[in-house]
This record gives sequence, structure tokens and C-alpha cells, in this order.
Amino acid sequence: MTGVLAQAGSFLHVALGLPVAHAATETAEHAGEAASHGSGIHVVLKAEEVFSLFGFPVTNSLIMTAITTAVLLAFAFAVRRKLALIPGKLQAGVEMLFEGVIGYMAETLESERLARKFFPLIMTIFLFVLVANELAFLPGVGSVGIDNGHGGLTPLLRAPAADLNMTLALAIISFLVIEISGVVILGFFKYAGKYINFSSPINFAVGLIELVSNIGRLISFSFRLFGNVFAGEVMLVVVGFFVAYLLPVPMMAFEVFVGFIQAVVFAMLTLFFIKLSIMEPHGQEAH
Amino acid sequence: MEAEVAQLFAMAIAAGLGVLGPAIGIGMIGGKAMEAIGRNPEASGKVVSNMILAIVFAEALGILALVVSFIIRFVG
Repeated sequence: MTGVLAQAGSFLHVALGLPVAHAATETAEHAGEAASHGSGIHVVLKAEEVFSLFGFPVTNSLIMTAITTAVLLAFAFAVRRKLALIPGKLQAGVEMLFEGVIGYMAETLESERLARKFFPLIMTIFLFVLVANELAFLPGVGSVGIDNGHGGLTPLLRAPAADLNMTLALAIISFLVIEISGVVILGFFKYAGKYINFSSPINFAVGLIELVSNIGRLISFSFRLFGNVFAGEVMLVVVGFFVAYLLPVPMMAFEVFVGFIQAVVFAMLTLFFIKLSIMEPHGQEAH
Repeated sequence: MEAEVAQLFAMAIAAGLGVLGPAIGIGMIGGKAMEAIGRNPEASGKVVSNMILAIVFAEALGILALVVSFIIRFVG
């Protein structure tokens, strides 16, 4: 499943006009050259292939994504096994987090029923992005690897969000949920009427702009997360070259904060856009 | 101009100019938030969380420019 998504991601790289997919080998060569000359900073834009499974390339980001999923699953089972009527510390913490989120969602969506319906998706996005971002700060991620045959190093692990495939997959998921929930809750014609509106020329133009901005969300969603995590990684490397040992520490603390904020933003934006798409069209709501 | 030098210039200009807009935006967001807190200190919790959200949006654009500059430098 993830492999298929990765393939779709590579295709979209080309569709977006980004020469990431086919230029990656070139980048790896450049990086290898730089490493063998003992100079320069090792920056690789694309997740590198570690090995291939049944013809599907398994990249270091994909391995890290699998580890993230495993951590979340283990955590879920650990909490579930100790469920009790009188909660322990762990269960109380998890319950507090979930209740806070569901309360906020009910407030935003103005419906307890809808909040319960969308809660699993929003919470999964938040937890997944959060754990994926924070796991990337463990020692060994990006530094332990195998020889890539050019005198360079292919890291075994890489932050999942530092690969556009992962963020694009998440963005596609939330995009589909946003559109489909609009269609399901409002009905197809009412939902389409939000965007294709012949009541006046201005409304028609506004509808078209909204339609385009809907598709633009796909790009802004995926690039926001990818850009933040990737730029954070590159910044840490660059800073490590300038003031080694000293400056990277506060920078890394800031990146931990950024990882948390990005998880919150991704989940909250999905929630807001769902709210926007299930709202009654303009002109029919009671003012 | 050599191609590589042009690439370096392009990277620097893309990153430098791209960061300019978000910098102004973040400054304005922060300033307005401080103003709001000064007027109504009790609402500071809400103001600060919304401020951070708005800053993240502005910052994302700067980071977009940064990524573009990396693409210019290291790809193609």
C-alpha cells in the first residue's frame, strides 16, 4: 500500500514539474563526489533506496515510516491492555488528550456527532506526524547507513516527512476526505453548487477561484510539512559545520518544537477545511 | 558567467528574496499580537496560540523559497 503511494508520489513529482525523481541519481552522484573529496555538506533531496522488495524500491524514509507505525501500534496495544475503570497515569494522560481534542473538534464542527465521526482521522494524522517528526531526532537517524558504492553513505533511516512522497500521500488522504465529506454531507449538487455558480458573474468567478484553491491545498499541505522538516534537517547540518557542538543544541530544541507545531497544523487545517466543505453554501445560511 | 556561479547566485537570490516577505509578515503578526495582548492581557493565551498558527503560515512561504533554493543548488 505504502509502496503504491510512493509510486504515485514519484509520478506526481513529475506532474508537479519537479525534477526530483529522475534527477535523484545525479544528486546522489554529486553527494558521493562531495563526500569522496572530503568537502561540502551532504544534502540529498530525495529519500534514497536502501534495497528493493519485489521490484518496489524500499527507501530509508519508508523504513522509518514503518518504524513509526510500529511504535504507534505498540503504544496503542500497551494502553489497551491496561484499560481500567480507574485509569492509571498513562491512561489518564491519553484520555485527557483525546477528550481535549474531541471537545475542540465538537466546538469547531458545531456537532458532537460529526466530531466523533472525524476524530479518528484527525487524531491519527496528528499522532502519526508528531511521532514521525520526533522519532527523527533519535541518534542514528541519518548517521547510520550502508556504503552506496560511490564512497558515500546511504542512511538506513531518514525522517519520513523529509520525503515528499509521505507528505503528499497524507495530503492526498486529507484532500479526498475533505471533498468526499462535502459531497456526502451536503449532497453532490449542493456541494458542486458551491464552486460552479451561475447566479451572477462575480459569484461564478469566486467559485472558480475557490475550486482552484481547493486543488492548491494539495500542494500547500504537502510542501508545508516537507519543507519544514527538510529545511530543519539541512539547517542542522549547516549549523553543525559552522559552530559544531554548541549551536546545534538550541537549534535542535527549536526543531523539536517545529515538529510538534507542524503536526498540530496539519491536523487542524484538515479539520478547518472539513468544516469549510460541509458548511452550507453562501446565501442559504441564516445570518 | 559560469553555470555553477549562476546557480550559486540563483540560490542566494531565491532564498534571500523569498525570506523577505515572510519576515515582514511575521513581524506584523507578532506586533499586532503584542498590541492585542497589551489591550486585553487576559486573552493572551488565545492570542498567542493563534499568533503561532498565523506565523506558521507565513513561515511556510519562506521555507518554500528555501526548498526551491536547495533544488536549484543540488538538483539539475
